[in-house]
Amino acid sequence: MAKTLELRINGQTHAVPAEPERPLLTVLRDELGLTGSKYGCGEGTCGACTVLVDGEATRSCVTPLDEVVNTRITTIEGLEQKGQLHPVQQAFLDAGAMQCGYCIPGMILGAVDLLARKPSPSDAEIVQGMDGHVCRCGTHPRILDAIKRAARR
Amino acid sequence: MSEPFILEPERYELHAGPVYVFECDRRDFLKGLGGLVVLIAAADALAQESGRGGGGRREMPRELSAWLHVGEDGRVTVYTGKVEIGQDIRTSLTQQVAEELPVPVASIQLVMGDTARTPFDAGTFGSRSTPQMGPQLRRAAAAARELLLQAAAEHWKVDRAALRLEQGRVVHTDGRAPLAIGTLAKDRPLTAAVEAETPLIPAEKWTIAGQPLAKVDGREVVTGRRQYTSDLSLPGMLHGKVLRPPTFGATLASLDAKAASAMSGVTVVRDGEFAGVAAPDRSSADKALSHLRAEWTETPQPARAEIFELLRKGTGDTPRPAYENGNVTEAMAAARHRESATYTVAYIAHTPLEPRAAVAEWKDGKLTVWTGTQRPFGVRGELAEAFRLPEDAVRVIAADTGSGYGGKHSGETAIEAARLAKAAGRPVKVAWTREEEMTWAYFRPAGVIDVAGGVSEDGTLVAWEMHNYNSGASGIRPPYEIASQRIVFHASKSPARQGSYRGLAATANHFARECHMDDLARAAGADPVAFRKRHLKDARLTAVLDAAAERFGWTTARSSSERGFGIAIGVEKGGYVASAAEIAIDAGTRQLKIVRVVTAFECGAAVNPDHLKNQIEGAVIMGLGGALFEEIELDRGKILNARLSHYRVPRFRDVPVLETVILDRKDLPSAGAGETPIVAVAPAIGNAIAAATGIRLRSLPMAPSGRVDSKQQT
Repeated sequence: MAKTLELRINGQTHAVPAEPERPLLTVLRDELGLTGSKYGCGEGTCGACTVLVDGEATRSCVTPLDEVVNTRITTIEGLEQKGQLHPVQQAFLDAGAMQCGYCIPGMILGAVDLLARKPSPSDAEIVQGMDGHVCRCGTHPRILDAIKRAARR
Repeated sequence: MSEPFILEPERYELHAGPVYVFECDRRDFLKGLGGLVVLIAAADALAQESGRGGGGRREMPRELSAWLHVGEDGRVTVYTGKVEIGQDIRTSLTQQVAEELPVPVASIQLVMGDTARTPFDAGTFGSRSTPQMGPQLRRAAAAARELLLQAAAEHWKVDRAALRLEQGRVVHTDGRAPLAIGTLAKDRPLTAAVEAETPLIPAEKWTIAGQPLAKVDGREVVTGRRQYTSDLSLPGMLHGKVLRPPTFGATLASLDAKAASAMSGVTVVRDGEFAGVAAPDRSSADKALSHLRAEWTETPQPARAEIFELLRKGTGDTPRPAYENGNVTEAMAAARHRESATYTVAYIAHTPLEPRAAVAEWKDGKLTVWTGTQRPFGVRGELAEAFRLPEDAVRVIAADTGSGYGGKHSGETAIEAARLAKAAGRPVKVAWTREEEMTWAYFRPAGVIDVAGGVSEDGTLVAWEMHNYNSGASGIRPPYEIASQRIVFHASKSPARQGSYRGLAATANHFARECHMDDLARAAGADPVAFRKRHLKDARLTAVLDAAAERFGWTTARSSSERGFGIAIGVEKGGYVASAAEIAIDAGTRQLKIVRVVTAFECGAAVNPDHLKNQIEGAVIMGLGGALFEEIELDRGKILNARLSHYRVPRFRDVPVLETVILDRKDLPSAGAGETPIVAVAPAIGNAIAAATGIRLRSLPMAPSGRVDSKQQT
């Protein structure tokens, strides 16, 4: 049997039979069914796979498992609490900030991290903070709007 | 004016056979359904069917384009072969149904793009869903409303005129307890075909359509619960990987699969040119693939520097002009000012954020494939051909997809997953990597465009000649009144697989034409807006030009060496657009910044103004990429930059201030909007750069380095 690693994800502990160098993203998606984290580029440049590791936005497609043992991992599935959307999720919904929606879970987690570090970011700080996230549908103006709405809450 | 090009959207549909060919109807969707069913005939079938039937029950139309079901629980289900790829058609079609059939929006469900459940549809492309499917669903909904009201009148034995439908219930003017439509559907199962002449509520009176309704499944998106193809999983499913040739055109000479086959749980398939593996998990599949030892026979492919020359050679045939009037040669010779130039456009990749993916499952000789595609019925045809199956043995379900932009018309992953699943005897998922998506899908065609124009002494554009090599004929004909024209599209043999793209060739043709219009205006000493208006008769196009110029502040915009203002217009697929761009160039670094883009757009009656604005902004931002820096680097059959770290797409820092003016023409039929707002972006920017610097950039992308300097002048 392959050895197991323990991961703390969305408040639950999961024992995963995986190699330490395996990327977190494939474990989340293929082993644990947490498919809200998306594959987009495989090299950490598009942000679709973003999760929070101890609160910090992290590209799970280039993060090996052994780097996240003994951390708290939050995926998009873990943001909603008891049927209540996280304020950033609600802001994206209110701003209509989505088209195909594929980039949006990663965008939301990137924004959660940004707002934790800078609760009232300037436009330039949002652009800088989100520049590692790609939206191919061109929903950028609404995503900026959503982050500003969330900051006001 | 667009008759000669009416079939253009199909030119670059990949109707070629499937990538691999292996050695190797009737859907009965009405069966067992209670409730009310309304069938919608395809437009031409409807014309054929009308006039027959006579009294009594109308015959069921043979060719259905959609159908609508009212269940005994009062829920309305609409079946259409169109697919949702991020353009929000699911929401806007829902609104149109709710407009004619007043039920709560949440009680309407659209089943889309499932070849076993929805009627045939050629595909979701060419901005056809809004102008074609919209009115058909409105007719179906109106017919259902009338049938339900009639059924209620019979049930209550009252005059139909005293009844109306609201919030899913039939209400009588006398205030009696309302009747839920589900009850009516239960009482008397009904089937009816829609009459072509069913009257529709005009856009001026819309209360649900025409409004900014939020995306119907937005909560699924923000919670990560929305399942895209690559998220799907079936019990016992394997992960598949396919062996790729080292270069385009290479063929598989030999394969040593011993090491891969020896791996536990791994299935290896070699079938003609196809070689691939299926394994219980992704990393085993990757490992198995790396153990395949292949020898390839490569064929010579052109070097990057030779590609435009190759495209210009065409296919050797002299094509018939797409449009010709007057005598261009004489008119050009007589003109006071003559300008001619050559423009080029690079291959670009759609780069949908979700690369192609498919899940395939075989059961009792029948194949089911879930895949993100704009053409589920086209993919069914590809699968049937590849596996030599009758089409009714194949079901394709278009799952939610991480967008397409014209790039997901074909069924590569569907075929690959199905072939591996057949060999493994278990379901298989194939999800392409970014590198595969940017190499083995297809590209927007590269092209060369020669354009020449002549202006008379009095400032009239009298002659226009344009030759487009390979990039396509869509949008090739000028919207201007010009007495002598010759417009020719030359097909070429492309060294890369090419296909549809948002706006298709209209972007290339508008780039060359609208840049050249500015150069001619300058030669004639005319203002670019005044010069265009002088040659426009189309009031809808003039209206967007005026609207963009006004919002932009054109009359007071004075370009300087560090700040430029440019404008461009276009008409395509029933939509009218004017884009105006403001750019800045740093005097020291020559760094280019797009400061502001104003877009005025008109596509008839806006079905959902909020999503329309979203589509316009999206098209403009996507247009920035092709205008400024996107380019697939193809050299000797290899893509040199098939990764997001090497292929630059627009990011937050690239997005200028965007202003959108929507001219909502409620008196005109709705046209599609996903594509046309892209076509004037590049020339507006090019014209702004030229106005600031005098440098005319004639190649897309215009500024891959991010800078504009005099060495770039062509």
